[in-house]
Amino acid sequence: MAALKPSERMKIPRQPMPEQEPAQRAANFQEVNCGYSAEAASTEACRCLQCKDAKCVGGCPVNIDIPGFVDALADGDLSRAADILFADNVLPGITGRVCPQETQCEAVCVRAKKGTPVGIGYMERFVADWARQHRKDLFEPPTPTGFRVAVVGSGPGGLTCAGELAKRGHAVTVFEALHIPGGVLVYGIPEFRLPKAIVHAEVETLRRRGVEIVTDVVIGQTYTIHELMKGEGYHAVFVANGAGLPVFQGIPGENLKGVYSANEFLTRVNLMGAYRFGETDTPVIKASQIVVVGGGNTAMDSVRTARRLGASPATLVYRRSREEMPARVEEVKHAEEEGVVFRMLCNPLEVLGDDKGWVSGVRCIRMELGDPDASGRRRPVPIPGSEFEIPCQVFIEAIGTKANPLLTQTTPGLQTNKWGNIVVDDNNMTSIPGVFAGGDIVRGGATVILAMGDGKHAAAAIHQYLTTGCSGNGRAKLNAVP
Amino acid sequence: MFTVQEAQWLTPKVRRLLVRAPRVARSHRPGHFVIVRVHEGGERIPLTIANSDNEAGTITLIIQVVGATTEKLCALDAGESIANVVGPLGRPTEIENFGHAVLVGGGVGTAVIYPQAGALRAAGNRVTAIIGGRSREYVILEAELGAHCDEVFPCTDDGSYGYHGFVTARLKELIEERRDVGAVLTAGPVPMMRALAGVTRPFGIKTIASLNPVMVDGTGMCGGCRVTVDGKMKFACVDGPEFDAHTVDFAELTDRLSTYRDQEALAWNRLHEFTEAGAAARCKMRELEEAATGGRPL
Repeated sequence: MAALKPSERMKIPRQPMPEQEPAQRAANFQEVNCGYSAEAASTEACRCLQCKDAKCVGGCPVNIDIPGFVDALADGDLSRAADILFADNVLPGITGRVCPQETQCEAVCVRAKKGTPVGIGYMERFVADWARQHRKDLFEPPTPTGFRVAVVGSGPGGLTCAGELAKRGHAVTVFEALHIPGGVLVYGIPEFRLPKAIVHAEVETLRRRGVEIVTDVVIGQTYTIHELMKGEGYHAVFVANGAGLPVFQGIPGENLKGVYSANEFLTRVNLMGAYRFGETDTPVIKASQIVVVGGGNTAMDSVRTARRLGASPATLVYRRSREEMPARVEEVKHAEEEGVVFRMLCNPLEVLGDDKGWVSGVRCIRMELGDPDASGRRRPVPIPGSEFEIPCQVFIEAIGTKANPLLTQTTPGLQTNKWGNIVVDDNNMTSIPGVFAGGDIVRGGATVILAMGDGKHAAAAIHQYLTTGCSGNGRAKLNAVP
Repeated sequence: MFTVQEAQWLTPKVRRLLVRAPRVARSHRPGHFVIVRVHEGGERIPLTIANSDNEAGTITLIIQVVGATTEKLCALDAGESIANVVGPLGRPTEIENFGHAVLVGGGVGTAVIYPQAGALRAAGNRVTAIIGGRSREYVILEAELGAHCDEVFPCTDDGSYGYHGFVTARLKELIEERRDVGAVLTAGPVPMMRALAGVTRPFGIKTIASLNPVMVDGTGMCGGCRVTVDGKMKFACVDGPEFDAHTVDFAELTDRLSTYRDQEALAWNRLHEFTEAGAAARCKMRELEEAATGGRPL
């Protein structure tokens, strides 16, 4: 395979991802993408030109050696491909499914310049899934260092940091507020996009690597950061407690029965299994017509989940146009195929209710795009007199989150910005020496992979802090003696 | 898993569980609550922490059977366990010296005011408790409160015990008699708290109500517990659960609490069908065993 000439590689078309049929999948919660066959994976691997200066590696927030694992895959050496992949990314089965590759590794692939980029995400998923079945021995146990690190939150940032620290021989305890580990991977992202079994399996891999995971502990309430460092004897802490509080638009009618934050709706359905109410005890309001407001992945997850619960139509309302939507391209395409109705350039003004306090509809106004705003996107401006109503029984707001105050409020000396997000330096260290942070509590709402990038970056900085006494910028440590 | 160490019925529908949860016990302050999930597949519900013992590593939960989940929780005996207990959650009660603090508990809400009594006493307050129930057997924690309060006034709707009438009526009398009430802290059914806010408002007495809206995660993530206080949206789990009763929109809270009434009824029916079917199956199994062993024990 490796003997192929570039011109031969250029002739191979991008291998499509097999999918469940739209009509079928709109009525179930099974995964939409079915995964490459071994043949498709190795054919796709042969499309890679093995660039010397591979741009894709720099496009990846965790800098996976993409040409390396792709080359091994093209050679049919799956074991080597898995070793290379896991060396850079402790959760590849997850990122292979949820990363926005089109704006990262695949965006800078040279093949994207003249045609379609190499299917890096699809191959990553294939190798990770193969490794889960065939490789239980991925890691050499490192020599214990005697250092103990507490990780706050078991979402993508926390799990990545924990895995990277465990690789270096540190004893890691991850504290999770919910009853199962995974954070947004289990409460937020739906089963049809990221099966819980994949998350559980990747978490199990970390446990085999020696990471201890303690559920039902809320740092800031059950223990403070100070108590972790002093009483509980951790030498460093990584805070990745996630996005926090859902934002509501502040329009009339938001407390009517039938209005959900996307977080609540998705948590009920995903984490608590409300789509199997009867087998499970957590209810969710089922509606024949639902409206979701927002344009990101969370909005897309909500509207596609509602569709699967039987909503028809399930409508997505977004105040800008389709081009400005921050959601992954594949999610938008899938949503459309599944029959989601897109109402672009309109914004809700009021949730309407019946005389019993239930949602009966939403009054919207049409928008047009004006001059670019601070984000560089054209600002949506309401068109006077263009109000209209969409009937619905459930209205879901997926317009973002703001920082959770539970941990920051109870940590004196921890610097936050005006939005309540934790301030960190280049090494992800906070204003408290030995306390590092990353993911949404720092970024204020980003992606799984950016949180993972923070976790990986912070783990390197924590390792340096523990072993040399200084973080990268020379700030002194306090109590790091194993 | 969180082991139940002791369990007893306080009234025909209210059960006290002593649960081993050392991490929760060590950080518990009055006003805090926990979220529990009884078993795999169960829902997450908030419950007040009625008491804690840091040395023993235990917390006390007092639970009234109101639906399927609380029934399953109340069916637990000593030695059995709860799948998940997370906490302590919420902001603790702001304890000050009010001079004369009056605690008003309705039904199982008395479990919320019980830990507040000791803390208020320790802060130098004169502490009075007014506790109510439908009839004598529904009045709980009278003796326990007695140990921390200067006076305890039980009230019953039917007059079978203590003051004949609602706690709100008894409170009004007390305020008028004593004229020294500095603050009222209350927990109980929403209509009771709403009426109580109406009693204290004309007197301008600071009144704090502990709210118990629907919750899922209990850490601010879902926003399901949002309530309107002083015209603003608040999350009971991170901003509360205690708020100024004079500014709480109780009508909205009442309405939101009814959101899942139909599903709760379904779950209740299913639980009882399951119990009956389960009982029948167990009965059949015993018959088969007896037939197989000729009636001798296995």
